[in-house]
Amino acid sequence: MKQAKVIGRVFSSRQCCEMDKKTFLLIQPLDWENDEPDGEPIVAADTVGAGAGEKVFYVSAREAAVSFEDWSGDVLTNGPLPPVDAAIVGIKDGKNIIKTEKK
Amino acid sequence: MFVAKVIGNVWATRKHRHLKNLKLLIVKAIDPLDNSKFIGDATLAVDKDIDAGPGDIVLVLDEGNSARKVLGDPKAPIRTAIVGVVDRLKYKKVKSEM
Repeated sequence: MKQAKVIGRVFSSRQCCEMDKKTFLLIQPLDWENDEPDGEPIVAADTVGAGAGEKVFYVSAREAAVSFEDWSGDVLTNGPLPPVDAAIVGIKDGKNIIKTEKK
Repeated sequence: MFVAKVIGNVWATRKHRHLKNLKLLIVKAIDPLDNSKFIGDATLAVDKDIDAGPGDIVLVLDEGNSARKVLGDPKAPIRTAIVGVVDRLKYKKVKSEM
């Protein structure tokens, strides 16, 4: 799982299969150690109700689809896995880190 | 799988329903032959019942299906899981120039 900051929201009214009722957020991946931006912003589907400016952690690839298994938002669907490749799975409250630079 | 050092922990109240009661630890891969040398970027791994903590050298699994199997939850959105604490590492030096 990687850390990211929510920097915006994506709206779309015409979507492909199984994508409805999901919130899409624009997130900027961050480095875990120094909170510096790491790579380009991406669009991720939200499972927790994150808002702008919040630090979140997300999963990518198949795990993102798995996070929506049986659920779309808070609605039980029992449908097939949706075509998402990044999903926010938690809002970070805080972190402790030990320094790795010196060694 | 790779050998990594736990360099921190994360806490979160709002998280995916299948991440509840799991410990979230920040791990960074190390050179197995030199514990003080880090490799690559730090990542967030899940610890179910290994009870690792910051400073520990651990064995990390980085594959979704296996991680879900290890955690015993086929619907958990997890790819990286801690599967062991490394006590000792024994190796033989191999000559690189042949």
